[in-house]
Amino acid sequence: MNIHERSWPTEGLTRIPYWIYADRELYAEEQARIFRGDAWTFLCLEAELPRPETFRTSNLGDMPVVVTRDRDGKIHAFENRCAHRGSLLCLKQRGEAREIVCVYHNWTYDLAGKLTGVAFRRGVGGKGGMPADCKPDQHGPRQLRVEVLAGLVFATAGQKAPPIEQYLGPEIVTKIRRVMKAPVKLLGGYSQILPGNWKLYMENVKDSYHASLLHMFFTTFRLNRLSQRGGLVVSEDGGNHISYSMSADVAGKEYEQAGMRTAQSGYSLEAPELLQNVDEFGDGVGIQILSVFPGFVLQQIRNSLAVRRVVPRSLERTELVWTCFGYADDDDAMTELRLRQANLIGPSGFISMEDGAATGFVQRGIRGADDEESVVEMGGSGTSSEESRVSEAAVRGFWKAYRRHMDM
Amino acid sequence: MTGYRVMDGGAGPQAVGIESQLKVQDLNARYVETIDEGRFEDWPDLFMEHCKYRITTAENVEQGLPLSIIYATSRAMLRDRVKALREANVYEAQRYRHVLGPSRLEPAEGGSVGARTNFMVARVMHTGDTALFATGRYLDRVVLAGGAALFAEKTVILDSRQIDTLLAIPL
Repeated sequence: MNIHERSWPTEGLTRIPYWIYADRELYAEEQARIFRGDAWTFLCLEAELPRPETFRTSNLGDMPVVVTRDRDGKIHAFENRCAHRGSLLCLKQRGEAREIVCVYHNWTYDLAGKLTGVAFRRGVGGKGGMPADCKPDQHGPRQLRVEVLAGLVFATAGQKAPPIEQYLGPEIVTKIRRVMKAPVKLLGGYSQILPGNWKLYMENVKDSYHASLLHMFFTTFRLNRLSQRGGLVVSEDGGNHISYSMSADVAGKEYEQAGMRTAQSGYSLEAPELLQNVDEFGDGVGIQILSVFPGFVLQQIRNSLAVRRVVPRSLERTELVWTCFGYADDDDAMTELRLRQANLIGPSGFISMEDGAATGFVQRGIRGADDEESVVEMGGSGTSSEESRVSEAAVRGFWKAYRRHMDM
Repeated sequence: MTGYRVMDGGAGPQAVGIESQLKVQDLNARYVETIDEGRFEDWPDLFMEHCKYRITTAENVEQGLPLSIIYATSRAMLRDRVKALREANVYEAQRYRHVLGPSRLEPAEGGSVGARTNFMVARVMHTGDTALFATGRYLDRVVLAGGAALFAEKTVILDSRQIDTLLAIPL
């Protein structure tokens, strides 16, 4: 179906039509207009390219990408596709390389992704080879614009994308710098395969309303109750957000009085060292979740720091790539604290294991609801920042940015 | 790499006695049975009071990176994990079926026994959907005392970096 035959509900951003998660042609259109369009995509931490002449592979949506650090330390990103027959150039997740050599026919590239050699270009013994006027480099892998912000490597294929800081907006940049305040040390990573459309996960991240309702661990330990002080910041263009809450406890009984499932049991930990933490940012903010359109999340949950990359794999399948880190100057005790708090996050995370499944619950729930729509009216109809997190303003912001990129 | 280091630390040419071998094998058999039958409350009792249990990926191990998917340093933390599974976390009804390979044993520090065991786990959802969920190996250090065998350390190393949807029940 042509996406222009579909029309957005007349109510605007407070209604999300369910076909938006279930249309194959729309999926392809998103790849072209968003991921290979004018959006900025997070590729990796700069620390994942620890030395000159290293590479790692990543994605711009569906499109495979190589990220390199050249001999002079400069970071490049380009499509992971050979100019010749389209084979992947880099087969590994990461490694060291002085040049990139395609395994198929040995065509070679420098670390900026420029074609430098065609095997047997002039043939062998005066026979065979390529005509002198053939210009294979015109079919070379797509070069991406790269910007590194506070140790985060972003790239875009679009010509019209504004510089990264402008794309993010000043508040987002400040809060990125807050977490990326010092050189980082990698602690490790893993991937979660989510049984839902990529947009469902991004909505989940931006949905500050669900956090303490779905995740009981949060609520019962007062890690995050909506009655705790905090706020929601949505960038001017809607696409980027920050949700934060102070770690100070609030003795409110709002959840118990409202009879919420998540507040019903008197739950206590036998080993409370799981929750030991230090206020390393000195501002009392216990949780800061930051997202950037289309698929980047920067997480500070107490001392658990991570970046998450949302990679669409197909219409109903999304890979969530987690990379956890600390700072280069962390001592062993601090590293141990971060490793212990990593129990809160990821596919087994006490406060995050439900998120992946929730995208699947929606994807399965809407199978017969192509002509229906969801109601996103918590906090009204706007997309502006607010003090209350009982709001879906950031979710509406996502759709504001989405519709602009999709011209929908 | 903790598991390797611990086991190689005391490894010598001497073999592990047949009786110890049977105890370690029995411990792992009871371990997977406890999980597969959903008797999660009994699961921490297979560990020492001060123990180490973690799940990580081969990729993290190969890179020398310490991150775990689940990380517990005491039996109390294991009990907290079970309590969260029962009372706090939300996940669809599911169970596992573990299949273990033979264990390779070697003497480890303080008279304990190191064991390496391959595993495969199928996950069976309440809907009937059944799929191969995880493959990998256990690197264990088992303490044999007073006729009982308990895990001092169990490191679950997943072959793949990808977890489907969530990993709620321990592996």
